Amino acid sequence: MKRIYIHEEYCIGCRLCEIHCLVRHSESKKIVKAFKEEFPRAMSMLVFEEEGYLSFALQCRHCEEAPCVQACITGAMHRDEETNAVICDQDKCVGCWMCIMVCPFGVIKRDTETKQVASKCDLCQGEDVPVCVQNCPNEAITFEER
Amino acid sequence: MKYTIIGNSAAAIGAVEAIRSQDDSGEIMVISREPYRAYSRPLITYLLAGHVDEARMYYRDDNFYERMGVRPLLGKKASALDLDERQIELEDGEQLGFEKLLIAVGGSPIVPQVDGAHLKGVFTMMEWDDTKKIQQYLETYPVSRVVVIGGGLIGLKAAEALNKLGLEVTVIELIDRIMSANFDEKASEIVQRRLIQKGIALVTQNTVERILQYKNRIGGVVLKDHRRIDCQMVIFGIGVHPNISLVEDTPIEYGKGIQVDEHMQTTVKDVYAAGDVVEVRDVLLNKVRPIAIWPNAYKQGWVAGCNMVGGRKSYPGGFAMNSIELFDVPTISVGILQNGENGFEVLKHFDRKRDVYKKIMLRDGVIVGAILVRDIDRAGIYTGLIREQINVSGFRDVLLREDFGLISLPKEYRKHLVEGEGVYL
Repeated sequence: MKRIYIHEEYCIGCRLCEIHCLVRHSESKKIVKAFKEEFPRAMSMLVFEEEGYLSFALQCRHCEEAPCVQACITGAMHRDEETNAVICDQDKCVGCWMCIMVCPFGVIKRDTETKQVASKCDLCQGEDVPVCVQNCPNEAITFEER
Repeated sequence: MKYTIIGNSAAAIGAVEAIRSQDDSGEIMVISREPYRAYSRPLITYLLAGHVDEARMYYRDDNFYERMGVRPLLGKKASALDLDERQIELEDGEQLGFEKLLIAVGGSPIVPQVDGAHLKGVFTMMEWDDTKKIQQYLETYPVSRVVVIGGGLIGLKAAEALNKLGLEVTVIELIDRIMSANFDEKASEIVQRRLIQKGIALVTQNTVERILQYKNRIGGVVLKDHRRIDCQMVIFGIGVHPNISLVEDTPIEYGKGIQVDEHMQTTVKDVYAAGDVVEVRDVLLNKVRPIAIWPNAYKQGWVAGCNMVGGRKSYPGGFAMNSIELFDVPTISVGILQNGENGFEVLKHFDRKRDVYKKIMLRDGVIVGAILVRDIDRAGIYTGLIREQINVSGFRDVLLREDFGLISLPKEYRKHLVEGEGVYL
């Protein structure tokens, strides 16, 4: 399966990945609208980490035997049969945060209003290449089969 | 090959999915005492509170059994095993043969010997029918006050649900604080404060000695200190113990739970066990005990399934962990926390303003326990450090920083996580 690989030494900390991710997961898919007119504002599905000169974008790794899928009490967190991506079904998620407890990457975010998993990389279902990778100017994240 | 699974919850479904990932033709039969398709037991308090409806109770989609080629035998209780003849006897007398068997029958609620425990209006809180019975009772009889026995996870989730239904709830806890199996004192205190603020009455260091009858139903309870509390409903939410009755008269060995080897096989060949019914190695406490939590159950079922197909997959052992949200206060607790701080190096952070609490317990430079109250978002990183037994001495100062993340970890471990393909646990 194709995965997003992170090359932290190439990351320049521009955070374009984060912006494009948010826009892709907004209602309008338009950058200005997504930031200025949509409430609640869409969330980026990746975690951007930065400390001094070091930075990188971190997305769900879509683990083979994913701890979040195993720990999910409702069956919301599941593997999509076609794409193999680990996806959270918002109709089933009750916000028990078991997934957060077991994800060793800490890439799952909460929506405390709706009590649901708010954001978790879905590999941009429908795109050939996830938008964070498409828009990374320095190939600090790549999408490849290894 | 013919696979038979007794049980229909996390461990059973984990096994079905493992078997089907490797064998698409073998027969799989799932025998369940309950009449329902696989559903989520942890959701029964969500259902009681009205937070989910019945349609959302199911753990897998409508055509799961069909898609997986599983023959479900629902509403049938396996009552005995004849391991020499490889037969399962059902309660209705039917005999079923098996080749590879998985016992994943879970636990039973603990109901202590209390005078009046048999009365109408006394309930346990473990399975779907418990919620149904409680709902029916609430519709049929006037109930305004409820006593919940047990201030642990089950008792408090039940108390929260009943409180949301507008009932006056009193929780009776034997120890001097709530959630003593999962929390340290401070975390107990924070959540306790929240419960009281939300109108739950809490009685600690006490126990119900007698349930009082009133007109064929319940009138109240009498506590150990002779105090009387009026109520019209009592719920036992103390906990569960492994449901070992099925193996009691068989050569399968058991202690508190069914004994299994690292492949989740019992002491009898081709008979596996997984989930709340087994005892496994707690790798932090270094002792064998039942660890009745959902993620362990699924994983054990998965491992059992892989091995029933003929694989050699190992279950590495587990440790306690739980994610519990009560009245909008999320908490995650992992590993050793409950027995004081002696002998451990302890890191703590308490933000009074936001009521955020974090604590990490270290033993020989390795994290063995972590508790997070309110600010739980990156809890899994700690769980990973615990599981992989990473020595954190070199970076322990950053562990509780607000911006703690993978970036705070030593380069090698970070690269192992970040540049790899995810984890294979």
